[in-house]
Amino acid sequence: MIHGIPITHFLIVSTVMFFIGIYGFLTRRNLITMLMSIELILNSVNINFVVFNKYLYPDQLQGHFFALFIIAIAAAEASVAIALIINIYRRYTSIEADDVNEMKY
Amino acid sequence: MEANVFMFYLFSATMLFFALLAVTSRRILRAAVFLLFALVATSGLYFLLQYQFLAGVQLALYAGGIVVLIIFSILLTHHISHRFERPPLMKVFSGLLVAVTGALITIFSVVRYPYKASDTIPIDTNMRIIGMQLMGTGKNGYALPFEVISVLLLAAMIGAIVIAKKRT
Repeated sequence: MIHGIPITHFLIVSTVMFFIGIYGFLTRRNLITMLMSIELILNSVNINFVVFNKYLYPDQLQGHFFALFIIAIAAAEASVAIALIINIYRRYTSIEADDVNEMKY
Repeated sequence: MEANVFMFYLFSATMLFFALLAVTSRRILRAAVFLLFALVATSGLYFLLQYQFLAGVQLALYAGGIVVLIIFSILLTHHISHRFERPPLMKVFSGLLVAVTGALITIFSVVRYPYKASDTIPIDTNMRIIGMQLMGTGKNGYALPFEVISVLLLAAMIGAIVIAKKRT
């Protein structure tokens, strides 16, 4: 338990970070920057898990492990997404989301 | 003001500032570096909460792994001097509308909910306890998700190699 910092301050910080990620995801048109916005969103969710663990259930480690697993999932997701982006770049020589509008092989 | 309160606000302000720069910067390489700073400040928050192992994982995996991967892919697909056009005003406006509305609704409900901080004795989060719980099968054991995530990481790695390799 951290003295002097209410839990709502942590939650407000992570909320603001989450919606910064949402804003970036909606306004960016480049696949890599959209991926970066997703990383921001996942990161803010991690903060929430850790803070709930620390303040509400400090005798367990469940939020801690959830955050660990989310970091692992984020790594897997980033590697697959970047492989896809590189493949798309080879095919279209562009990674703007507007240019990638064909789904046929 | 106590030192830890000051550090909390310092880390939070750094994190939000660089997160905002990362989604608005018009140079993509700078955006990646700003993302790195935001993630490092987040690991500072974990240190503040005394989860040292999680902070180390955050630094090693996010800052050391994912951001480096993103920078590699930027260098493969962009010219360094490339600048984005400004997003159209309509898109900025609608994005801001969604983000601000969502943030206000969430903050409103977070502030109104009466959280009761638990006063049980906090568990000692040293490496031994983390390792025992991560590999344990009984109560508070996470052996099954641990194994599943190792298979998932292997599948993601093979998938990434197969997708990104050149067709001959």
